[in-house]
Amino acid sequence: MPSEVLLGGVIVVALMLYVLLAGADFGGGVWDLLAFGPRRARQRQAIEHAIGPIWEANHVWLILVVVVSFTAFPAAFAALSTALHVPLTLFLGGVVFRGSAFAFRSFDGGAGASSGTTRGDLAQRRWGWIFSLASLISPLLLGMTVGAIASGRIRVTGGLVEGGFVRPWLSLFPIAVGLYALALCAFLAATYLCVEVEKDPELQWDFRLRAFAAGIAVGGCALLAFLLSGSGAPLIRDGLTRRPWTWPLHGTTAIIAIGALVALARARFRLARVLVALQTIAILAGWVASQYPFLLVPDLTIWNAAAPRETRIWLLIFLGAGIPVLVPSLVVLFRVFKLSGGGGEKAPEHGQ
Amino acid sequence: MTPLLYARAQMGLSLAFHIVFAAVGIALPLLMVIADVLWIRTRDRDYLTLTKLLAKGTGILFAVGAVSGTVLSFELGLLWPTFMGTFGPVIGLPFALEGFAFFTEAIFLGIYLYGRDRVSERFHLFAGIVVAASGAASAFFVTLVNAFMNQPAGLTVDGAGHLLGFDPIAAMWSPPWRHQVVHVLLASYQATAFAMIAIHAALLLRDRTSGLHRKALSIALAVGGLAAVAQPVSGDASAKAIARQQPIKLAGAEAHFVSGPRAPLEIGGFADADRRRVDGAIRIPGGLSFLAFNDLDAPVTGLDAFPRDEWPPVRELHLAFDAMVGTGTAMAAIALLAAALALRRRALPDARWFLRLLVASGPLGLVALESGWLVTEWGRQPWIVRGVLRTADAVTTFPYKSAPFWLFTITYLFLAGVVVYLLWRQIVSSHHAAAAAPEPGRAV
Repeated sequence: MPSEVLLGGVIVVALMLYVLLAGADFGGGVWDLLAFGPRRARQRQAIEHAIGPIWEANHVWLILVVVVSFTAFPAAFAALSTALHVPLTLFLGGVVFRGSAFAFRSFDGGAGASSGTTRGDLAQRRWGWIFSLASLISPLLLGMTVGAIASGRIRVTGGLVEGGFVRPWLSLFPIAVGLYALALCAFLAATYLCVEVEKDPELQWDFRLRAFAAGIAVGGCALLAFLLSGSGAPLIRDGLTRRPWTWPLHGTTAIIAIGALVALARARFRLARVLVALQTIAILAGWVASQYPFLLVPDLTIWNAAAPRETRIWLLIFLGAGIPVLVPSLVVLFRVFKLSGGGGEKAPEHGQ
Repeated sequence: MTPLLYARAQMGLSLAFHIVFAAVGIALPLLMVIADVLWIRTRDRDYLTLTKLLAKGTGILFAVGAVSGTVLSFELGLLWPTFMGTFGPVIGLPFALEGFAFFTEAIFLGIYLYGRDRVSERFHLFAGIVVAASGAASAFFVTLVNAFMNQPAGLTVDGAGHLLGFDPIAAMWSPPWRHQVVHVLLASYQATAFAMIAIHAALLLRDRTSGLHRKALSIALAVGGLAAVAQPVSGDASAKAIARQQPIKLAGAEAHFVSGPRAPLEIGGFADADRRRVDGAIRIPGGLSFLAFNDLDAPVTGLDAFPRDEWPPVRELHLAFDAMVGTGTAMAAIALLAAALALRRRALPDARWFLRLLVASGPLGLVALESGWLVTEWGRQPWIVRGVLRTADAVTTFPYKSAPFWLFTITYLFLAGVVVYLLWRQIVSSHHAAAAAPEPGRAV
């Protein structure tokens, strides 16, 4: 397999893991914001408990995406960073506020990191607000960025980026993709949380309802983005409809999505968690496959934006050397906090 | 401000902010592990309290370091797309290794912070050691990138300065890496330890009987003192290497305008690039020749050997250099004084005047860290990659550069204020905790 395809694959897999893991953290923030009802405080506590030990590691996947992008496909990285300066800067603002607010909230005051933090403190609630608002904005902006990449409105001619700094991402199709991403994060989070709070049936009921609502929103957003893609992203639309694998893939995604909702309805939460993760992978795979081989539609591909061959080979070697360190470490992390039971903390470890 | 200056200011601000948290993320885990080892060895609960406090501090500071580092990885492209479009594949390899080191640090920090009651004591300590080691490894790999920018190796360039090709592995080991890596690591340990020294010296002044603060001060003094004494040696080696590798940087840092033998050392003062002189400096004849080449009469290349449009900003550079050397010298002197007092008394020196001196020395390490970083960055201007790409040619075409600059300025000022406030609260509450009832069940 050519190294361009392999490295593109690395970016895709890292992005999938980022969505499955960090995306669920964003979704947790959304449910923190939307917490209501008599068990509001307990909901928030469960969310904080679930995110605590793993969020730092989850977010490193994005750094991997960035580093592999600029090392392997520098021309695309330069063009994207130029054209999408505004949404990426705003996204970073979200990342900064989200990460630091979460840490401040967890470590603020006298409550320990490992003990359940009481959230009566006013300062704590303020951090909670910042954390959850930033959690809402970040996936929305990231989704809009993806929408802009796919739209074909960012043109690169002779190394110069054209198409303006606002219109490519602030139009209907990218906004629909942003909402799609947001709904997906909320769906992932609520489903994972159903498993996390296994020992608390009342909370489980809350998150089950939320998962259901989010799952339906995901379907709605998918339809909306598809309808808007006709005018908003014509090349992607072709990829979505006219390639031989197209309809079987959409069919599979739909079956998994329905399966996830059915599993939720029947209280088969562990199965639901797997199905939601698979659904997410299928959605991302559908996007990637319909955009292949473009990195930035329609001017940059994995072929014409690639770094020199020597760099690509060395990068693959370094990545290959890093994975034997990384994977066992991650397995330990998730085993300690997500599989060993105790304290009703069980959750995501998919992605393979 | 010009658009270029906005971009440089934004990048500089982001790095100046990040470098503090990065340094702490390297050094605090080491201090935390030392306290943890002492707890396991002695079962003295003060060490347990201390290692938990340090872990909590690491938790807050690492989180801010992680997000500000994420911002930087994007800002490379947002602000300098031409640089990344050309040199991304060159600097990407050390960045990829840094990514793995950072990943490892984040994973094991999660285990260390949240896993004390969930994993065995040995594995918990192992996780702490991995955090400390991978933090140092991150710094190592990132510094390789900076060494490349300062004096790139492995590039094939034509007569007009256009890049024809490169050898990514040779580029990864660009010559300045040897002295830069050592200097950066020592600076991180030193800056963090001196801040910790000041905090615990202040608390000890309030409560002279506290075993906790006494032990914390001992550990921090040992780590910070060793680094502070080693750092001038590393600095001297750096200056000698730079005299050969990047003579214009040394000339700018030392405000050395005129090439020639028996070059004087200008200590302090304001360099005036237009008049080519330094006002108000203490001048030691032959001093620079001696420092750079161990020979009072050795010729040292001055700024006059280079075209004017390749000069770094001499006034700022010289000031930053003097700030670094001055604070470094002061810390080395304090470290030697502490060692002498400790040897004479065979105990932690805790005279009031000495503790006050330690409190006053708290910011020195951070000042040295920031000004040292400014020396290497200003000393490379006007280049982003020396001799190959000018900073002005690398900047983004995005037209509204003041907006993100102000966004990040306000954000970072706000976050810095919050972090200081939170750490302050943390320290005050630890003081109350230590001052309150003795720990129950004091095991021996």
